[in-house]
Amino acid sequence: MNTATNPAAVQFIGENLLPGQLGYIFTIVSVVASLVATFSFAKAFYTNEITQQNSWQRLANIAFIIESVCVFACFGVLFYVISNHLFEYKYAYMHSDKNLPFEYLLSCFWEGQEGSFLLWSFWHCVLGLIIINTSKKWKQESYGALMVISFTQFCLATMVVGLYIFDFKIGSSPFNLLRNEMNWPILSRPDYLVLLKDGTGLNTLLQNYWMVIHPPILFLGFASTTVPFGFAVSGLLKKEHKWVTPALPWATFSAGILGLGIMMGAAWAYESLTFGGYWAWDPVENASLVPWLTLVAAIHTAMIYKKTGTSLKATYLFFGISFLLVIYSTFLTRSGILGDTSVHAFTDLGMNAQLLGFLLIFVVPFFILFFIRYRSLKEPAKDDVIDSREFWMLVGSLVLFLSALVIISITSIPVYNKLFGQKEAPPEDPMFAHNQVQVFVAIIIGVLTAVGQYLSYKGGAIKGSFWKKMSLPLIITVLLSSILLWLVPITFNDKGIGFQAALCVALVTSIYTVVANAYYWLVVLKGKLKSAGSSIGHIGFGLVLVGIFISSSNKKVLSWNTTGINVIQKNPNEKNPVGNPMENLTLFEGIATDMDRDPSSGKYNYKVTYIRDTVDKLEKKYFELKFIKKGIDNKVQDSFYLYPDVLKNNKGMEGFSANPSSKHYWHKDIFVYVTSFQDHSKEDTVQFKPNEIKVGDSIFYSNGYIKLNNVIKKSSTDAQVGVDEVQMQIEVHSKEGIVYQANPKVKIDGQSSIRMIPDTVRAQNLILNFNGVADNEKNILIVGIKESTSLTNLITLKVFEFPFINILWIGVIVMTLGFGLSTFARAKQIRSKKE
Amino acid sequence: MKKTHIVLLVLIAVAIVVLISYTGDLSSYETVGSAKQKPGKFLNLIVKMDTSVKVQYDPVKDPNYLKFGVQDSLGGKISVVFHNTMPTDMEKSERLVLKGRVQGDVFECSSIVLKCPSKYKDNPNATANQPVTITE
Repeated sequence: MNTATNPAAVQFIGENLLPGQLGYIFTIVSVVASLVATFSFAKAFYTNEITQQNSWQRLANIAFIIESVCVFACFGVLFYVISNHLFEYKYAYMHSDKNLPFEYLLSCFWEGQEGSFLLWSFWHCVLGLIIINTSKKWKQESYGALMVISFTQFCLATMVVGLYIFDFKIGSSPFNLLRNEMNWPILSRPDYLVLLKDGTGLNTLLQNYWMVIHPPILFLGFASTTVPFGFAVSGLLKKEHKWVTPALPWATFSAGILGLGIMMGAAWAYESLTFGGYWAWDPVENASLVPWLTLVAAIHTAMIYKKTGTSLKATYLFFGISFLLVIYSTFLTRSGILGDTSVHAFTDLGMNAQLLGFLLIFVVPFFILFFIRYRSLKEPAKDDVIDSREFWMLVGSLVLFLSALVIISITSIPVYNKLFGQKEAPPEDPMFAHNQVQVFVAIIIGVLTAVGQYLSYKGGAIKGSFWKKMSLPLIITVLLSSILLWLVPITFNDKGIGFQAALCVALVTSIYTVVANAYYWLVVLKGKLKSAGSSIGHIGFGLVLVGIFISSSNKKVLSWNTTGINVIQKNPNEKNPVGNPMENLTLFEGIATDMDRDPSSGKYNYKVTYIRDTVDKLEKKYFELKFIKKGIDNKVQDSFYLYPDVLKNNKGMEGFSANPSSKHYWHKDIFVYVTSFQDHSKEDTVQFKPNEIKVGDSIFYSNGYIKLNNVIKKSSTDAQVGVDEVQMQIEVHSKEGIVYQANPKVKIDGQSSIRMIPDTVRAQNLILNFNGVADNEKNILIVGIKESTSLTNLITLKVFEFPFINILWIGVIVMTLGFGLSTFARAKQIRSKKE
Repeated sequence: MKKTHIVLLVLIAVAIVVLISYTGDLSSYETVGSAKQKPGKFLNLIVKMDTSVKVQYDPVKDPNYLKFGVQDSLGGKISVVFHNTMPTDMEKSERLVLKGRVQGDVFECSSIVLKCPSKYKDNPNATANQPVTITE
C-alpha cells in the first residue's frame, strides 16, 4: 500500500520477518487444505461405494488435519508476535503494548477482527477433529457435517489471507507489516523500529479478565452452531433425517456454551462498562442472543421429531437459521454498518463485500435447498393433541423463534437504512422498546417451561395425576412469590402500571419455572442426575429470569444529587423533560457526603467519603471510597471501602474509561463508578487576592463572606527554638448558612525565617492566607483570599443498588450445568447404542 | 388446519403488530433547522461542537449540568443542555450524535454519542496512532 518510498531500497534494521512469512505460508496452506477437505468430504458424502468412500475419507481427514495444524500454527505465530512485542507487525503495534500483563496479551489477540476470525477457525478445527474421531456410527451424516465445516473454514481462512486479486482485497492478514500498511514518514527510516517505542495498546475497556475468557467461550459457541447446521444440510441433501440423533448433543453443547459466552459478556458489561447494568439491548448483544434463542427452539423441535416424528420442517429451519444468524451477526458487528448504533462493534476493515459474500454464500443455497426439499419433509398428518408435551414444546419454540425475529428485525434497522436509503433512528427509549415485548415472551416461556415436563408425549397418559402433581409446586410458587414481593416489591413504575404489572407477573411465572422444574426433578425423577439435564437447565433458565426481573426492576440510584454544593435546584421527583435524572453525586476529597435520602424520614442512608486516590504502574487511577451505611438511630450498620478506577484511554482517544467497583452482599450489589474527576495536583494559577482586614471586619467572597474574629499571638515557651506564631481566627459564612472555621497563621522561627501556613475551606474552594501586616499601629492585617475550583480533588460518582443480582449469575451457572448434563447423557446414549 | 398452524398464525400476527408499533416509536435524524420546527419531538441530531461558544460545565456547582453549542453541516446552530456529567473526550470528538428534543431555545439532550475518527477506521493516513517521537 505504501508508495511513499521504495521499500526495496531501504534496509530496515532489527525487523524479525520470519514469523510473518511463516504466518503467510500457514494461512495460504490452510486456505488450500480447507478447500481440499471440503471437496473430499463431499466426495465421501456422495459416494456409496465403500472403498472409494474410504479413500476419499482418508484424503479428507488428512486435509482437515493439515488445515488444523496450519490454523494452530497461525494462532501460535500471532501470539508469538504479540507477546514478543514485534511492533514491526501492525497487529502487535495496534493492539498491544509492553506494559500489558500476560493474560491481557490474549485479549489483544482477539481485539482485532483478524485474531477473532482465527479464534473462530481454531474452534472449528477442534470440533471437526472431535467429530472425525468419534463418529464411527454416523459416518455418512458426519461427512456431510464435516463438508460444511470445512467449507466454513475455507471462508474464514480467506478472511485472514490478505491477498490482492487484481484490485480486490481478500481478507486482512494479521501478519502485515506496519510499514506496508501506514503512510507515516517515520516508517521509511531504516531505524524506525528504534523509534517505535511502544504499541498503541489494548483498548482500555478490554483490559478486564472477562475479556480474556468471554471471547473464546463465545466463539466456541458460534463455531459449535456449525455442527448441527452441517448435519441438517447433509440431511436435506440426502433426504435422510436420522442426523437428528447425533446432532442433538452437539446442539445442547452449543446452546450451553453460547449461553455461557453471552452471559460472560453481560458480566463484563456489568463489571467494566458504565451504563450501569449487564444488558442494554445493544446490537452486538442482540446479534449473539438471537442465534441462541433459535438454537434453543431447534433443540426442542428436534426432540419432538425424535419422539413423535413431527416438527421436522421446523427443526431444519431452526438449526439452519441459528447458524445463519451467527454469520449475520458477524456481518453486522464487523462490517461497520452498526457504526452509529452500537458502542462495541469492530472497526471497519474495508472487507464489507467479502463479509456480505460470506453471509450470502450460506443463506441463499440453504434456503433454496430448504424450499426444494420442503415437500419431501413428511410429517404425520394427524392433528395435534392439545394436552401433549410436544404441542406446548412446539408453541414455546415458535414463541422463541418469533421473539428472535422481532429482536433481529429491530437490530437490523441500520441495514434497512443502508438498503433503502432511509434515515430511521432508534426510538427514545430503545431498551424499553425491547423490554415491553420480551417481558411477555418471558411470561409465556416461563409458564410453558414449568408445565411442559408434566405433560407426556402424544398426550393423555398422566391425565389423572397431572393436577395432583402440579398442585404442590403451584402452592410453593404462590408462597415464595408473596414473600419475595413483600421483601423486594417491584417498584419500577416509570413506564406505567401495565408494565409494572407485567413485571410482577413475569417474576411470579419465572419463580414458577424454577419451582416446578425443581419439584419435577426431585419428586418425579427422584433426584437422579442421569436424566436431570433438562430439569436443571430449566431451573437455571428460570433463575436467570428471576434474577433479571428482580435486579433490573428494582435497580435503585443511590447517588441522587440532593446535597451538592450550590446545586441548581431541581426536584428529582418532578418529571425532567429529558427524563434524565441527576444521578451524579459530587465528592470532595476528604469530606464525608450524605447519600441516598430516604424520602419519608428525610434521613440519609449512606455517608460516602473520597479518601484518596492512587495510581498504579499501568496508570490506572484508583479512588478509595469509604461507605458508611447508617441504620435507624444513625448507628453505623455497615462500613466498607470500594475502589472504582479510571484508566487513561489509549489509541489516540482522549479521556478516561471508568471501571466500576461493587460491594457484593448475598442479596444485593452496591455498584459504584466514577463519572468524572478533577485532578488538581497540577497547575493552580489563581493568585491570592490581598485584602486589608481588622478584627471584626467582614470581606465578601463569591459564595458568602469571611469574618475575622480574633488574632492570637502565641510565643513559644521553648527558648532554644524560639518560635512565635500569629494566628487569625476566621469564620467563613457561606450563602447556605453553613459556618466554617479557618485559622491561617504565620510562624516565625527565631529571627531568620517566616513561614506562612494558609488554611483551606475545601467545601467552599477557599484558601485563606495570613499575608502580613499593613499597619502595625491600627492593627490592620492583610488576608490573602484565593478562590479556586482547582483547590481540591473532586469526583462525581454514580451509585446503583442491584438487589438479588446473584440469582442471575447462579442461574447462568445452573443452566450451563443443565446443558452439560444433557450433552453428556445424549452423547453417552449414542455411544452405548454403538456397541 | 392443524392447531399449531393456528398458533403460528396468531404469533406471526402478534410479531407483525409488535414490529409495526415499533416503527411508530422510531425517531428520525434531523438538522438543527428542521428540529427547531418540531419543538418537543424526540429526535436525533448529528452535529459537531460549535467552538465559538464556551462550554459551561462546573462539577463543583452542579455535576449534572452541561451546556454547549453545536453546529450541523448546514451551519445551523443551537445550544444544548445535558443533565449529566460531561463526556470525557467531548471537546476532541469530530462528530456528536445527540438524542433529545428542542425545548424553547435549547436542545434538551438525553444522550450524547461521540464519534472519534481514529476509533472507527483503520485509515492508513490517520495520524492518531502515530508514534510521537520527533524525527530529525
